[in-house]
Formats: sequence, C-alpha cells, structure tokens
Amino acid sequence: MLEGGLKLNKIIIDPITRIEGHLKIEVSVENGEVKDAKSSGMLFRGIEFILQGRDPRDAQMLTERICGVCPTSHSIAAALNLDSAFGISGKIPDNGRIMRNLILGAAHIADHILHFYHLAALDYLDITKVASYDGSDAVLSSLRNFAERGKLEPFIPRYEGDYRLSDEITRDVIAHYIEALTMRRKAQQMLSIFGGKLPHNTSVVPGGVTMVPTTDKIISFMWRLNELRDFIEGVYLPDVVVLANVYSDYFDIGTGCGNLLSYGSYDLDGKEADLSKRERLFKQGTVSRDLKFNKLDIAQISEDVKCSWYESGSAGIEPKFGKEGAYSWIKAPRYGGKVYEVGPLARVITNYVNNDPKIKGLVDSILSRFKAEPQKLFSVLGRHAARAVETKYIADSMQDWLLQLKPGESSYVDYVIPDESQGVGLIEAARGALGHWIEIKGKKIANYQCVVPSTWNLSPRDDRGQPGPVEQALIGTKIKDESNPFEVVRIVRSFDPCIACAVH
Amino acid sequence: MGKVEEYPIIWLQCATCTGCSVSILNSESPTIKNILVDEILPGKHLNLRFHPTIMAGAGQAVIEEMEETQKRNRGSYILMIEGAIPTIEDGAYGCIGEKDEKPITMLSAVESLGKEALAVIALGTCASFGGIAAAHRNPSKCVGVDKLFKSLSITTPLINISGCPPHPDWLVGTVAGILLKGLPKEEDLDEYKRPKAFYGKLIHENCPRRADYDEGKFAKNFNEPGCLCELGCKGPVTYADCPLRLWNGGVNWCINAGSPCIGCCEFGFPDVVSPLYQKMNVEILPIVGRRFEIE
Repeated sequence: MLEGGLKLNKIIIDPITRIEGHLKIEVSVENGEVKDAKSSGMLFRGIEFILQGRDPRDAQMLTERICGVCPTSHSIAAALNLDSAFGISGKIPDNGRIMRNLILGAAHIADHILHFYHLAALDYLDITKVASYDGSDAVLSSLRNFAERGKLEPFIPRYEGDYRLSDEITRDVIAHYIEALTMRRKAQQMLSIFGGKLPHNTSVVPGGVTMVPTTDKIISFMWRLNELRDFIEGVYLPDVVVLANVYSDYFDIGTGCGNLLSYGSYDLDGKEADLSKRERLFKQGTVSRDLKFNKLDIAQISEDVKCSWYESGSAGIEPKFGKEGAYSWIKAPRYGGKVYEVGPLARVITNYVNNDPKIKGLVDSILSRFKAEPQKLFSVLGRHAARAVETKYIADSMQDWLLQLKPGESSYVDYVIPDESQGVGLIEAARGALGHWIEIKGKKIANYQCVVPSTWNLSPRDDRGQPGPVEQALIGTKIKDESNPFEVVRIVRSFDPCIACAVH
Repeated sequence: MGKVEEYPIIWLQCATCTGCSVSILNSESPTIKNILVDEILPGKHLNLRFHPTIMAGAGQAVIEEMEETQKRNRGSYILMIEGAIPTIEDGAYGCIGEKDEKPITMLSAVESLGKEALAVIALGTCASFGGIAAAHRNPSKCVGVDKLFKSLSITTPLINISGCPPHPDWLVGTVAGILLKGLPKEEDLDEYKRPKAFYGKLIHENCPRRADYDEGKFAKNFNEPGCLCELGCKGPVTYADCPLRLWNGGVNWCINAGSPCIGCCEFGFPDVVSPLYQKMNVEILPIVGRRFEIE
C-alpha cells in the first residue's frame, strides 16, 4: 500500500514470448492503471566487441548473426557501410542494387507475415475454438484432432479472457495462421533465390551481390512473389481490418512517444554516394504526432547508458552487470536528446506526410473504414495496419524491380580495402531504422557500432530519465484484469521486439 | 483414433539469434504445422511444451510449465538447446525468465534440465561448439553444451546438430531417428557427436564446382565461374551435405549463389575459418578434410 491508501501492484512478465530474444517487462499498476514501466533486455553477447580486429569484409557475415529473424537487414546495412568505407558507394552495379532491394523486400514480407500471424495473433485469437469444428476442411480437422487429444501445448498456458472474435471468424483466422506458415516459408525461399540461403543469407557482400541474375531465377522469384501478393491482398490486409473491427479500442491504446524516425530504404538510385541524398522508396526523416515532417540529421543521434549495464572505461563502453540504477542490456538511443519510435509506422507515416500517392491511398482506405484521423495510427492497431500496408507496398514495388534486372550482367564491383577509413550504412529493417558504422585501421575493424530498431523501441530510460518508446506506450494504460494483462503484451508485441538485435 | 504417444520437448533459447528456430520453421516436409500439431509418425506426437518464440503464454506461467514438464517426465523429455551458454559471473549475462522475482540464468536452466533429460539436442553451432557468441574475446564467456556438460560431469546423451543455422532436415531427420529406432549409437555420430548421415562428407566432395577445382579453374572475383577457393571457400574443410540437400526447399545454397562456404558447421567457427574471404593456407588445402585444430 502506498501513501493515501492507493494500491500498487507490480506485474512482471519474463519471458515476454512470441518475440525474438530475451525481454522482461515490468509494470507498476495503481488502481488499474500503469504508472510505471520498465523494459529490460536479458542477454548480452557483445557482437560489437567480437568484430574488433577482424577483416572488415567479414562484418556482413558476422553482423547478420546478430539476428536470425532479420539477418538480411544486417547484411545489407553492413554491405552499405562497407561500400561507403571502401569508397564504392556510388559504384554498385544496378543489378547488385536491385537484387539487394529484392532480397530485403522478401525479408520484410516474410517477417511481417510471421509477426502478424505467429507472433501477435494469439493475443486475439482463441485457437482452442477449433475443438468444436465439425466441417470437412482437412487442415481444420487435423487441428481439431490435435485439440481432442488434449495436449494443447504450445498453445496453452496463455492469458484467458479477452478473445472477442466470433467462432466463424476465429476458424477463418486459424486457417490463415496455418496458411501463413506456408507463406512465410515461401517468402524465405523467394529470398534464397538471390540470397543463397536463409537464415543468414550469403550473397550480399560489399561491392554488390555474389551471383548474376538469370532469367530462370527472375521468373521463379516472380511467381513466388505473385503468390505472396495474392495472400497479402486477399488474406493479410483483410485480417488486419477484421481485427481492427473487433478490437477498435486498440486505436487508442499504446499510443507511445509520438515521435517517429525513418532512415529511408530501398535504393532507387545507385549513383548518389551519400545515403541521405539517395532516392529511396521509403523517405528519410522524422514525423511528430501533429504530422509535422523534418529532415533527418544523423549527427543528432546519441546513445545513453545510465540505465544500461555498461560503464565508460579507458577503451570505451564496457559491460558492467549489476550497475547501480541500471536494469537492461539495451542502450538508449536518442535523437536530439528526445525519444523516437522506429518501425513500419514511422516509414508509412513519413511517406504519408510526403504525399506518396500509393501509401496515401492504402492508409486512407483503412482510416476511412473507421472514420479515423491519421493520428489514430499512433497506436497498437496503427502499428499492425502500417505493417500490413507497407507489406503490400513493398511487394508491389518488387514486381517492377524484378523487371529492371539485366539477366547475365554483372552485379558486383571490385574494391581495395583501405588502410584507414570510416563508413556508415543506413537502411530500414523490418522493425525499423538500422544503422551500422565502421572505423577501419590497418585494414582491420578498429570499431563497429550498430544502432538497431529494437534498441530504439525497447530502450530503457536515458540519461535525462526519459522512458523509452515501449515504456511510454505502456505508461497510462488501463489494465482490465491484472492476472491476464492482455493490454501489456499486445502493446509490447505491436512493436515486434527483437532483443538479440537490440542488445547485440 | 488409436492411442497417441506424446513426446514432451523443452526448447531452451540461450545465447542465440533465433536463427535455428527460424530454420526449423522452414522445414518443407514435414512442415512446421505437421511437427507441432500432427502425428509426426503414426501414433507419435511431439508435445512442444516450451518454446519462447512459438508458445502462447508468457511470464511465470510458462516457466512453471517448463518446471512441471521436467518434474513429471524425469528421464523422458527431450531437451533442445539453441544458442551458447554464457558462463561469466555465474551466467548472469543471460536469463531465460524469472520465477518469484528471481532470474533464471541460462546456465542454471541448462544444468538442471540437462541432467534429467532423456537426451539433449544441441541445435546450431552456438549450442554445439560456442559459435558466434563464443568468438574471440567472447565477452560473455559462452560455451557450447558439450563443453559445459563435461565441466559439470553431466552424462546425458548429447547430439550436436551444428550449422549457422542448421538445415531443418538435419533436426527433423535426427528426431525421426530417435522415435523410430531409439537414440543414435556411438558409430552413428562423428567425433563431434554429429549424425554422420548429415555431416559425413565434405562440402568439397560433393561440390558442383569440384570439377573446376580439379582442373585448376578458379574464380578470381565474385560473379565469375570456377571454384571459389581463391575467394576463401571453406568447403574443403567443412562437413555437411548442403551441396546435395540444398536449402530452402531446394531453390539454392551458398555456393550456387556464388558465395564461398564459410564453414559455419565446423568446430571453432567463426575464428578458425576467419578471415572468411581469405584463401585458406595452401599447406592445408591439398589435404582436404583435415580438421582445423584449435585451443
């Protein structure tokens, strides 16, 4: 009990499951409302330390192993970083640039389908309802047989209560959950056509891509893409709308810090060496809750460690577990000293306020169904909607890029590793703005830094005491049932956390 | 419906990138749906009781589910371990969750669950040998399961399925083997406790560019035809069936994409095969298949 007789309950959720990695969320609830929230990354590997002293060319192979869910994003951020350090940023052949775009696009499609159906949907979908299925669909019947055997793991235990979808819709979405398993697998197959294999694709290297596109690969990629586009348009987008219809209160839950940041992604031009000036499908910039757009100034990015398990030593930041006042392995990146959210929502809104006609059309068609203003996108449902909208936008763009490939022509340019140099690689990973920075001395990696999307979103408090984006999204939330805190996990998962990435 | 035998499985994620789990999601036949829901073999169902990326529940309830599974199935559950195990400061750098506000380190979970499992499968190069997490400087003092078990005198049967990530068939085939004919015999595994069925031959032995190597046709740069040895290919010292099995439903694999093998299945990866794009020592090359020796 607190002063004045208020009741303060602590809810600890550790592990947060159906995300990548080891995340703990702790919230303090006073009279049914979250008063405080803490986000803690619970595993430290230290990949940046492991990179020191190595051959710079190995960076994309090692940094993609930061994360097996989004290795592709790291491989491309690292390749852009090395391109810039090797002085070949404006010289990558179009085939290399386009194949990198197609590889990254396939990764986004796979990740977003996985996130909506397999990571997030079970917070809304009562999968046990399949037990009463009496139809003839083979997949649903096999699920009913599974349910009848009575061993329901890994679908129980779970939070009980707030499952609102009707029996009929529930069965449809369960069938889509299974179909989506196939679809994400096919998206990874599609990626492998140009990427080599997945997870941990091998073909993206500084200088371009190791393989030359051929007509058989292009057509094989295209028909996998067509199948995925049908699924995105006919199943994924409609399911997000179905969810929003029934859970429309989540347009007002998890609104967050209200500042969005995007590095921009998918190079449409390979000749401009400066990434901040390069024409990209997704635009670079920041947007505030009043939809005011600002250009990005990379120099304003900093990382705080006051509440993270690190301390400054003579050789830089070193791990210091148990440091007084710290509660996470995740650092706290800030832009101009302020808290920023990154991810699909940031990308979609950045293009929206820049009047991208395709993004505006897709977003407005969803908003009009709910008679909602664009500000409603700053929410749990807004994040899911933005993810689905950009999946369609990216997949549609990929069709055009495929036809721009020149079969049989080079996709790679050679280079000399400089004795000393610096580089930067900025892209948008599935989960948001991803930056890699390198310093080369004596042809070796002297320093390598990654600021990763979930580092932004899941960050703890910074040196000024400002809570991170997820922490802010949780604070103020009303919890209906403290023993089944659906609101907490729905908010956290709407950010698609990736903690191996966040800490790295 | 006849009686279905349930095989409880606990899947721990330690110092991992989750790439091994994602690779298993890519299993073609059986699919991941077949693995989770269906009788994987007639009358046999894999009862996946704990998997952080897939399971519906969260927090203390799933930790209790894991402990309950251990308690009720001593000596009869299969423990899958993905990722290396941080040992620095009694394992404090890596926790799988907490119970009654006490964090559970990966180190303590692997020790406790490892002792009482029917068998342990170390999935991926990190769990098998330390891998990326244990690469030089090894900031969290990560080790693979084998090394940890030896230091703790744990004698539970262990199978390593290395690879960064491993091919889904390597895990599925190994599990099917256990269900059909019991734990692998000593002669079924290589010196690194890996099933010879998948790790019995060198990449180099089955490489589609082997003829180029034999004829001395070497690619000098990416995009070029020819053997990739000059570009650092580690196929001559890496044991895995990738060239025959192919990846992601057979659409491709590293060398078919013009990318040198980086030796991701090998003991000591990545340090012993680094720099990844540098031609191997010529003294090693003629003796293809010689094991790297480290430590």
